[in-house]
Amino acid sequence: MDIEKENKKIENDMRDIARNLLRDKQVDVIIGYAKGTVPLSSAPIMITKEEDVDKLIWNNLCYVNLAKYLVPKIPQLIDPEKGALKVGIVSKGCVGRALIHLSVEHQINLENIKMIGIPCNGIINRKRIEKEIGEKEILEMSMSGKDIIVKGRDFERKFSYDEYINELCKACKVKSPPRIEDFENNCIGECQEISSIDDDFEDIADFESKSTQEKWDYIKGELQSCTRCYACREACPMCYCNLCFVDQNKPIWFEKTTEISDIISFHLIRAMHLAGRCVACGACSSVCPVGIDLNFITRKLEKIVKERFDFKSGIDYNKLPPMMDYNMNDKEEFMLEED
Amino acid sequence: MVTQSEPKENVEEDWEPKILAFLCNWCSYAGADLAGVSRIQYPPSIRVVRVPCSGRVSPYFIIKGLMDGWDGVLVSGCHPGDCHYLTGNLVARRRFAILKELLEFFGIEPGRVNFMWASAAEGERFANLIKKVTKIVKELGPNTKFAKKW
Repeated sequence: MDIEKENKKIENDMRDIARNLLRDKQVDVIIGYAKGTVPLSSAPIMITKEEDVDKLIWNNLCYVNLAKYLVPKIPQLIDPEKGALKVGIVSKGCVGRALIHLSVEHQINLENIKMIGIPCNGIINRKRIEKEIGEKEILEMSMSGKDIIVKGRDFERKFSYDEYINELCKACKVKSPPRIEDFENNCIGECQEISSIDDDFEDIADFESKSTQEKWDYIKGELQSCTRCYACREACPMCYCNLCFVDQNKPIWFEKTTEISDIISFHLIRAMHLAGRCVACGACSSVCPVGIDLNFITRKLEKIVKERFDFKSGIDYNKLPPMMDYNMNDKEEFMLEED
Repeated sequence: MVTQSEPKENVEEDWEPKILAFLCNWCSYAGADLAGVSRIQYPPSIRVVRVPCSGRVSPYFIIKGLMDGWDGVLVSGCHPGDCHYLTGNLVARRRFAILKELLEFFGIEPGRVNFMWASAAEGERFANLIKKVTKIVKELGPNTKFAKKW
């Protein structure tokens, strides 16, 4: 299937839906993706007028999770008289999942939200392409058939699409937003009925079978370049705490240095906080300025939650998330017992 | 549970691990007390912090403990169903399950962090488990990997 044509079709369908929604006054504002200011990027945009709808785009670089802009509430989405505005939001699968999970956590009211469902076809891992290109400047990127074509001043390179999309997108089984019973009319466009998903976590199982020292060396090598800029946190739709644990200074639990154990403790605790909540959108690793592959932590979290608590965030609407719940019969094979 | 032992480097023969132990006020702390008054011998490796409930123990405590250079961290609470606050230890158990798996995934020896249940009547069990924890941590050697260097 030709990716370029697919993208064009998604884009046109999305614009039609957005135009209708604005014309019928079903929503006051539409949040979507617009062209980015630099190559290999996209930017979020808020549209209130029908004639601006053509600014909306869809391509394989729309890596931002738009659910981020709903929590905490921003002034652009609140009317002084009417209160919360009705929002239409361009939703690929993981944005839909994030919206549903935020609603489970009582952060947003799904009644005010219309999801414009699109069948996402994977997000390009731009960090890997940038790495391959090296220090040369990328000026243009386009899709052709199954290839990504990157152009610069004096070079042109082809990358295979199947290989250079995010690891998470390769494993993703929720391409378009899931439809939930209570809010059936809130998802327009492509929405999918999801009953059960069988994930396989072979990549993670491979990593787990390594020795402790090998794992430590890998994690250390991977996280060493972290500068603690917290871009991952800022991009994460689930990181909406008023005061993040690393910013807290009474008491200072974790210091703000780039010493390796400080870095690791930040990522460890962030992973802890996202257990059973992470929707595997991969926004964190897409925005990382030093190209840390945070997706493998995401995958591990999904694996733990799936295997231990049989929960998948953003899909199990009527189930309490595991960290909000308890059960007498949980597995406890890790507890110490007498010999 | 199988714990991997790593080769020790320059560890003195008589090195004893220092283990930070969070004991819940209602069961494990009383269990430790019972082990004491019953004169049951167990290794002097644990330093006890009394907490109201094992549910009070946040992952911060455990990770901070390891970063501060403790060789091991132990959390002990009431048996499931016996919690003074009814469900505190059940909530804690979920947290510990995830923390334990994540620590292992990040390449920190799983034996450094241990969890156990001990009731106020189980002085014997408490002493036995402390012996076991001490053995596990001793085999791992001093905590040099995750402890802060500066």
